[in-house]
Amino acid sequence: MVDDLTMRYGDTLAVDGLSLEVARRSITAVLGPNGAGKTTTLETCEGYRRPQQGSVRVLGLDPQADRRSLLPRIGVMLQNGGAWSGVRAVEMLRHIATLHAHPLDVDMLVDRLGLGSCGRTPYRRLSGGQQQRLALAMAVIGRPELVFVDEPTAGMDPQARRATWELLEELRGDGVTIVLTTHYMDEAERLADTIHVIDHGRLIASGTPFELTRASGGSTIRLVVTEPFPPGAPASLQDSLGPLTEVHAVNEQSLLITGPADASTLATVSAWCEQHGVLPESLSLGQRTLEDVFLQLTGRELTK
Amino acid sequence: MTASPHTSGTFTPQPGAAPLATQVLAQTRMETKLLLRNGEQLLLAIVIPVIVLVGGVLAAEHIGLSFPAGPVDTLTPGVLALGVMSTSFTSLAIATGFERRYGVLKRLGASPLPRSGLLMGKVGSLLAVEVLQFAVIGAVAAVLGWSPTPGVVGAVGAVLVVLLGTAAFASLGLLLAGALRAEATLAAANLVYLLLLAGGAVVIPSTDYGAFGHVAALLPSGALGNGLRAALMDGAMPVVPLLVLGVWTAVGTVLTSRTFKWE
Repeated sequence: MVDDLTMRYGDTLAVDGLSLEVARRSITAVLGPNGAGKTTTLETCEGYRRPQQGSVRVLGLDPQADRRSLLPRIGVMLQNGGAWSGVRAVEMLRHIATLHAHPLDVDMLVDRLGLGSCGRTPYRRLSGGQQQRLALAMAVIGRPELVFVDEPTAGMDPQARRATWELLEELRGDGVTIVLTTHYMDEAERLADTIHVIDHGRLIASGTPFELTRASGGSTIRLVVTEPFPPGAPASLQDSLGPLTEVHAVNEQSLLITGPADASTLATVSAWCEQHGVLPESLSLGQRTLEDVFLQLTGRELTK
Repeated sequence: MTASPHTSGTFTPQPGAAPLATQVLAQTRMETKLLLRNGEQLLLAIVIPVIVLVGGVLAAEHIGLSFPAGPVDTLTPGVLALGVMSTSFTSLAIATGFERRYGVLKRLGASPLPRSGLLMGKVGSLLAVEVLQFAVIGAVAAVLGWSPTPGVVGAVGAVLVVLLGTAAFASLGLLLAGALRAEATLAAANLVYLLLLAGGAVVIPSTDYGAFGHVAALLPSGALGNGLRAALMDGAMPVVPLLVLGVWTAVGTVLTSRTFKWE
């Protein structure tokens, strides 16, 4: 779907030779930190931006050249804005519905997304979460084959988040293809059939949530200590553990160890702590999360 | 994912664009509704022209300003022109500037509504508002004693001047809105409106401006005002004003299509 896409803004390389594919009737998450190039990639697929290099095909069409035939078939949820400041929430949704040939029932969708209570509220007085839900409603009202949702649950309360997730899952169940960007791990893990992790405009990992988290060396040990580590800490622990494990510094007071998390690894970690006068606050053993995958691949944390 | 427990059939894809006419009509209705809901826009569209008309006529009677054809007959075509200018230039520029700012144009750009349809919707809403303005201003003028007899040629001329004036000012309004930030558009559109109201020969005939009148007649405001006066007062086909407005429309359209930024 996206092949060798490169996008530049001035000197900033936003998307750097990105290639990825999306399967129909599935949920694909494009996961990455802010500024990773997620929105730029999505907006190129939506036809807002022309690829500076590489090519993009959406439902087999060129988003630029075939824009008119593509647009009715896709739904777009923008990250913010997208409505007149004085328009009432339901009025806006009804307007977008009128532009389509076979729209969904507006009242049903309003009800599903809990927009009934603010239906007559002008857009500018809606809360951030209500604006997000309206934007999602506008993306799906035209019964599209493919929906692009950009950070769908940013700023939503937990209840609205669940309603959004359930709606997206139901869309997939009915055969809609969904591409979403997110920087929330739990969202990607819960919803996505396929996850593409991108950073600095490059694809750094792809797979199902299971493949990404449970693949080789799927377990982790997380060490949190009471005071900052002594100098040279990750390196000396890495030396003690040997080449089968990988040690990543999460911050000054916590480390992530991936690899065979067995008794001998734990013993080595404890011994190292004792030897360096480090007092562990917690030492936990667990399955690798997407957060860990990202840290391992980039040496940085995804959120924060 | 066919085994999903969530299969309901509610959202089964059935994409498609509504017929273009339906979309344009919906867009026209929406834009008109929003324009009429906005107090400041209503002030600009209706209240100010009516104040200018009533105030102008009363002032002319009190201080004995001499209009050869009488104050109501002279001022009313100019006030109609002012109404066209306020709607198709100032209101349109401000509304479009904020549509850019709030991502409305971006959002509609991803809907089935084509850009040409969006433009048609905007023109439709301008004309709808202008009809309303003409009804109100015309009624007030009639109370003040206005009874124009333009004949067929003058009536056709007036309609042409209004249409071409709307096109000229709309292209210039969109030029502003598509290039400047929303706040700058707001300020510039109001400033230009005030300058043209005072010195643009829209309400007062350009012949009353002395030497500057020759320049004012070439401004879109002067051409619109002079054109409506020629059509409604003399029953003439205002050829020169129409030509002037045609040139402004062409210049405005070319510049706008080259510079307009949708985001």
